[in-house]
Amino acid sequence: MRGRWLEPSVLPGFGPALGFTLFWLGLLVVLPLAALVARPWELGLAGFWHSVTEPRVLAALRLSFGAALAAAAVNVVFGLVVTWVLVRYDFPGRRLADAVVDLPFALPTAVAGIALTAIYAGNGWIGSWLGPLGIKVAYTPLGILVALVFVGLPFVVRSVQPVMQDLDAELEEAAETLGAGPVQRVTRVILPALAPACVTGFALAFARALGEYGSVIFIAGNMPLVSEIAPLLIVIRLEQFDYAGAAAVGLVMLGLAALGLLAINLSQVILARRGAA
Amino acid sequence: MRSVGLKRPASLGAFLLLAIAIGWLAVVIVLPLVSVFAEALRKGVPAYLEAFRDPDGQAAIRLTLLVAGICVPLNAVFGLAAAWAVAKFDFRGKGFLLTLIDLPFSISPVISGLVWVLLFGANGWFGPALEAAGIKVIFTVTALVLATLLVTLPFVARELIPLMAEQGTDEETAAVTLGARGWTTFLKVTLPNVKWALLYGVLLCTARAMGEFGAVSVVSGHIRGKTNTMPLHVEVLYNEYDFVGAFAIASLLAGLALVTLALKAGLEWRYADELSAGRRH
Amino acid sequence: MSLSVDNVSKRFGRFAALDRVSLQAVDGEFLALLGPSGSGKTSLLRVLAGLSRPDEGRVLFGGEDFLRLSPRERRVGMVFQHYALFRHMSVADNVAFGLRVRPRRQRPPRAEISARVKELLALVQLEGLEKRYPAQLSGGQRQRVALARALAIEPRMLLLDEPFGALDAKVRRELRRWLRQIHDETGVTTVFVTHDQEEAMDLADRVVVLNAGRVEQIGTPAELQKTPATAFVFDFLGDSNRLPCRVVDGHAMFEGGFSAPALGPVHEAAQATARFRPHEVDLAVEGGVPVTITHLSARGALIRAECQGLDGALYEVDLLRDATPASLAPGARVRLRPRRVFVFAETAR
Repeated sequence: MRGRWLEPSVLPGFGPALGFTLFWLGLLVVLPLAALVARPWELGLAGFWHSVTEPRVLAALRLSFGAALAAAAVNVVFGLVVTWVLVRYDFPGRRLADAVVDLPFALPTAVAGIALTAIYAGNGWIGSWLGPLGIKVAYTPLGILVALVFVGLPFVVRSVQPVMQDLDAELEEAAETLGAGPVQRVTRVILPALAPACVTGFALAFARALGEYGSVIFIAGNMPLVSEIAPLLIVIRLEQFDYAGAAAVGLVMLGLAALGLLAINLSQVILARRGAA
Repeated sequence: MRSVGLKRPASLGAFLLLAIAIGWLAVVIVLPLVSVFAEALRKGVPAYLEAFRDPDGQAAIRLTLLVAGICVPLNAVFGLAAAWAVAKFDFRGKGFLLTLIDLPFSISPVISGLVWVLLFGANGWFGPALEAAGIKVIFTVTALVLATLLVTLPFVARELIPLMAEQGTDEETAAVTLGARGWTTFLKVTLPNVKWALLYGVLLCTARAMGEFGAVSVVSGHIRGKTNTMPLHVEVLYNEYDFVGAFAIASLLAGLALVTLALKAGLEWRYADELSAGRRH
Repeated sequence: MSLSVDNVSKRFGRFAALDRVSLQAVDGEFLALLGPSGSGKTSLLRVLAGLSRPDEGRVLFGGEDFLRLSPRERRVGMVFQHYALFRHMSVADNVAFGLRVRPRRQRPPRAEISARVKELLALVQLEGLEKRYPAQLSGGQRQRVALARALAIEPRMLLLDEPFGALDAKVRRELRRWLRQIHDETGVTTVFVTHDQEEAMDLADRVVVLNAGRVEQIGTPAELQKTPATAFVFDFLGDSNRLPCRVVDGHAMFEGGFSAPALGPVHEAAQATARFRPHEVDLAVEGGVPVTITHLSARGALIRAECQGLDGALYEVDLLRDATPASLAPGARVRLRPRRVFVFAETAR
């Protein structure tokens, strides 16, 4: 930027546009998040530590983090299959299937929550069928996983799809002329090329799942220590007017999300370096 | 470079993959959608329609439209302003600004509600002072609007910034040399170039504003007929075991989601070139 | 109206894009700004258009201080390198834009605007394409729309930034002839930027050669060819060979005991570099630079011979095909004898 704060331009309106942008971000993002960062410390350092290491809090954080990771992993596997089919195969209804992938983006989470609960409850379409096999989904951690898989799927598909579409046909043809079979072409040529996009999709699905609330609380059963997620704990503490305690859980959740994303970004950097070499 | 392209599935493996993918989409995504309508109509059409006669339900629908009606235009204006500043000018700190704009996407909705309680709740930073002045924020429509504004803040900006950056400043500069004023340049040159992306962002923003649950749930207080939006009303009815009523309202939201998807797919298909690069598939 | 640029400087940090540039253009003149990329020619054009502000200097146009006017007020027609056509407007709307955005009182009536658009499209030979969109046009057509759009505001001066840069060679030549014609018809003072010396020499009344932000020379194409002022100008305007020499009384003396008349500013020098064009060389049997021919290629009526000296230096020589002995082939040893050479002062940079 050659030592200047703003590159001169003949276009007008920078001042008002930036001014409004900063005002809006300050009002809606910076000020509220400042409150989130500042308020837990009203408890003092020891109080904060105590507040976030209660067994109930630890159990909820463990559950939220673990379920989010598991759901993101499931979504990477099945998301890859779905993307592959959407990008490579010509079949009737392909456009519809492609549009359907976005439904979890568009469907309000509360609606998804009650619908999934109805399906997986003991008398539901799938629940009544799994029940005799001894598998309970609704009101268990498994139910949480189901809900998180629902909300996370489009993140993986939409991250991988453009990359898979842009894969050069010559890449696979070259592998084939060099004697690679179909399985080798997928595992040695295609999957490595898709790895960074998969990691991105995983990260987005994970971040979304970690904070997810609406689609989970109906199906979770919300049993303390068993199926209670961290966001619900925030709501419960707020209802008890324990603002600092609620903010403490919120801050730890943000920290965990940041740590998770940092780890993922690091692996992304490593993948990129390997790709560049 | 040439992409691989579509081909009809021929091998056994291809059919197997196709079956897995379609089966997965059907069970994970389509089945819940279908069940919303099935549950809503479980006791027949009259019972379904009865649910919409409930004044609290009607109030919820009106409130949802009101909140979306306030939030979407405001965040659309923000999106345009932010995109104009970020995409058409070069200045320091742009990356930081972009991170701030994206931030609401990566915060839990519950936290997006919590922060307003921390500011304006009974024990909030400004809550007591405002209360003394007779202004209530939490458990009012104001709080619903604030929470929704935060959650939907990035939608329009995110669609416009990459597209406007890609389009550069050449056309605007040309307009200036041809004698156009600032507003004229923006209205006649910039806006028409991004109108479909703007509509796309507004569409996603609207869908989220109407469907948001977690953030508004924290600040609403669930006062029937007063501060319940449609998703909150669904929760209230569901917790009162009025399943038909809950799913009836839910079916309305699901219908909205379907309309959103259809419009979105239509925009992507028809105006692919005029949406930003990431949206072209 | 006449243009006068006076000591204009523009710096980006440490980099001087324009370094005390001065030039004049008379009313109706066709001026080329010629130079390699980074020479400052586009920076200067942007200063003239009002798109960038110089750190120092003055720009007068028709006696008026141009720097105090906004781009809008200057009323210059600018044709951008990549045309910058409004992609969502039809050809006709693009051309009409500058008239339609005028304040209500100065805006011509609708009928007059459409008549003017028609007239301009006829001038640039695009009748019948009014309803097309920029994406539906070829590069050459877009270029002409951009020109018509710039002319629509009846500009007091026309500025063109690499107007033919993005076009292929054949279209370039056609449009070049045609641009000259339009200039002759409209008579508007025109400044255009190019890095193509052939284009500049072919089109312009006068050429301003820029290098590293400074004016190297200003002159008519003939003047530049006949009396290049600096080594840079000589090298930039054509292929150039170099040979060490000393200069005595206007003659370049070479190793091997031959000499040639030394043109250019230097008449006495103990150590200098002589420059000569490939077509101003004779082949000699003795008394010349001994070289080996490494490659021959046919160029119409000429044959271009690439030669290598004993010290490894490379030379290019153009020979008339009809006057070239058949025995001349790669590997042949000959001597080069320049007919005349240019010797310039050694510059610090």
